[in-house]
Amino acid sequence: MRKIALIFTLILVGTALFANGADDGETIKIAVVGVHSGNLASYGIPTVKAAELVVADWNAKGGVLGRQIELIVEDDVCKAEIAANSAALVVGKGAVAVIGHTCSGATKSALGIYKEAGIPAISPSATNPPLTQSGDYPNFFRTIAPDDAQALTVSSFIVDQLGLKSVAVLHDRQDYGKGFADFTVSYLEKQGAEVVLYEGITEGAVDYSAVLNKVAKSDAQVLVYGGYHPEASKLVQQMNRMGLDIPFVSDDGVKDNTFVEVAGKDSEGVYASGPMDTTDNPMNQEAAEKHRSEFGEEPGAYFPNAYAATIALLTAIENANSTEGQAIMDALRANYVDTPFGNITFDEKGDTTGMGYSIYQVQNGEYVEL
Amino acid sequence: MEYFLQLVLAGLTKGSIYALIALGYTMVYGVFKLINFAHGEIYMIGAFTALIVGGALQITTDLAPSMIFLISLVAAIFFSAAHGATMERIAYRPLRQAPRLTALISAIGMSLILQNYVRLAQTSDFLPFHSMIPDIPWLTPGVSPITTTQLTIVVTTVVVMISLTLFIKFTKMGKAMRAAAQDRIMAQLVGIDMNRVATYTFVIGSVTAAIGGVLIANHMGQINFYIGFLAGIKAFVAAVLGGIGSIPGAVLGSFVLGMAESFGAGYISSAYEDAFAFIILIIVLIFKPSGLLGRNEVEKV
Repeated sequence: MRKIALIFTLILVGTALFANGADDGETIKIAVVGVHSGNLASYGIPTVKAAELVVADWNAKGGVLGRQIELIVEDDVCKAEIAANSAALVVGKGAVAVIGHTCSGATKSALGIYKEAGIPAISPSATNPPLTQSGDYPNFFRTIAPDDAQALTVSSFIVDQLGLKSVAVLHDRQDYGKGFADFTVSYLEKQGAEVVLYEGITEGAVDYSAVLNKVAKSDAQVLVYGGYHPEASKLVQQMNRMGLDIPFVSDDGVKDNTFVEVAGKDSEGVYASGPMDTTDNPMNQEAAEKHRSEFGEEPGAYFPNAYAATIALLTAIENANSTEGQAIMDALRANYVDTPFGNITFDEKGDTTGMGYSIYQVQNGEYVEL
Repeated sequence: MEYFLQLVLAGLTKGSIYALIALGYTMVYGVFKLINFAHGEIYMIGAFTALIVGGALQITTDLAPSMIFLISLVAAIFFSAAHGATMERIAYRPLRQAPRLTALISAIGMSLILQNYVRLAQTSDFLPFHSMIPDIPWLTPGVSPITTTQLTIVVTTVVVMISLTLFIKFTKMGKAMRAAAQDRIMAQLVGIDMNRVATYTFVIGSVTAAIGGVLIANHMGQINFYIGFLAGIKAFVAAVLGGIGSIPGAVLGSFVLGMAESFGAGYISSAYEDAFAFIILIIVLIFKPSGLLGRNEVEKV
C-alpha cells in the first residue's frame, strides 16, 4: 500500500514538474484538436501532420513574434462530449488559438468554450453550414467550403450552364446525401427551377426500376442524386438500360474513381461536384512533397486544408502583432494569405473566400474538371 | 396505364430476384426447420466465383460471351454447392439433435465467418460486375419494356421453381425429403439416410443461390461481400410471407413482396419501400400466421 502511494506521489510530482516546465510563457501555444484515434482517425491525423510541418518551418525561421511555436495535440475522438473536455483542457494549458476540430458535431460543442475564453478556432474539415452561418460563433473560421456550397455549385450548374428548369432529386436518406439534396432543392427553387420529384431511395436495394420509372414519368430534364457511389452506379446503369437519357448530376460522394470503375461505360457523361482541383498549386505540391519526405507517404484527408489553416493562423498572429484572441480574429479577416488553395481570406462569418467546389464530368473513363 | 405496366415489370423483376434466394431458405426450413442465415452468403460466394472465373476467362481466352457466362455459372454452382455441403457438415450436422436455437446461432456464426472470409480473401470494396448475358437483339434498351437481364431472371425463376417442385414430387430423393420433413424419426426408421438428405438439401439450396447470385449480380452491375446479407433479409421475409417450407409459397411471397415494393415506390414514395414490405408481412401474418401457402401445423398436445 505504501509503495503504491509512493509511486502515485512520484507520478504526481513528476507531472507537476513537467507541466511547470512547459508553462514557462516563452512559447506561443497552438492547440491541434481533432479525431486521432478510432475509426475516423484518418480524417484527423493528417491535420496534426500538416500543423507539425508548418510549425517546424516557421520555428526554423525564428518562430512568430520572435517566439517559438509549440503545438498542444488533443484527441476528441469525434465525440461532442469529449470535445468539450479537450477544449477546456487546451484552454487551461494556455493555447492562444486552435486548429480544429475535425468533426462538425465535436467542433460545435467545443466552440462555446473557445468563445468564452476569447480564442479563435480554425477547422480544416467541419463542413456543417450553421457553424458559420448562424453567427453564434464569431471566433470560428474554416478552410473548407461548407456543405451547402456544393449544393449551390450544383444548382447553379444545372440552371445556368445546362439551362434546365425541371429537376428530379433523389437521395439515399443518409445525413450526407439528404443534406446535399435538401440544400440543392432550396437553391434550385431560389434560382427559378422546378423540382418535379423529390424522394429518398433505399440503400442496398437490388433494383431501382420503380423509382426510375417515376423519374421518367415526372418528365424531369435532369436527375440530381445525393449520396454515395454504390447506389449512384446502380442508378446510372439502370437508367441506361431503361433508356432514360437525362443528365445525372451528383455530389462529392460520387466524385470518386471507384464510381467510374464500377459503373464502367455507364458512368460516361455523369456530372459530379467536388472540391476545386488544387493539385497544380505550387504551394500544395511543395506541402505534399514535404509530407512525403518527412513521413514517407502521401498526405491524407484534409491535409491541404489543415496546412492552409495553420499558415493563415500564424500569419494572422504576425499581422496582429499580438496573441490576443480578438486581434488574431481581426487579422484573419483583414488580410489575404498564400495557401495551397491560392490566395485566401475569411469573410465576416468565418468562411474562406475564393475556395469551393467545381463540377466534374466523366469523360473517357475519368473525371475532368469543367 | 403504361406506367402501371412498367411498375408491374419492375415488381416482377424484384420478385424473381427475391424468389431465387428465397427458394433455398424455404427448402432448408421445410426439411430441417432450420433458418439458414448463411444462405445469403452462399449467394454472394456464387456471385464472386462467377466474377473471378468470368474475368479470368475474358482475359485468357477468346470464347464467346455466352460461353464465358455458362462456364462461370457452372463454376459458381459447383463452388457454392461445395460451400453449402461443407457448411452443413461442419456447422449443422453436429447440432442436429441440439435445440433449434443452437443451430440458429450456428447459422448466424456461419454467415459472419463467410462474409469476413470473402472480405479478407477478396476485398471490402465494391467491384464492377459487367453484364455477361448477351443482349437479345429484339429487346432494345429503352424501347422494349423489359431488358434481357430482367427477362432472364424472370424466366429462370419460373424454371427453377418448376424443376424443384417436380424434383420434390417425383424423385426418390424428393420423396425422402418430404418424408424427413413430415417426421424425421419415422423416416429414419424406414431406412432414409438423414445425412444424405441433408447434403442433398443444402446442395440444391446452394445451387439455386448460386444461380441467383450470378443473375442478380448481372442485373445490379456490382458486388461486394455484404450483398448476401441485404438480399438475404428480404428473401427471408419473402419466404416467411409465402409460408416458409413451401416452394410455391416462396415464389408467391417474393412476387407479392416485389410488387408491394414496386407499387409503393411508384405510387407513394420510394423512401418507404422497406416499410411497405413489412406492412404486408405483418398484415398477412396476423390473418394467416403460417404464411400465404404455409400448411397450418396442428399443435400436438
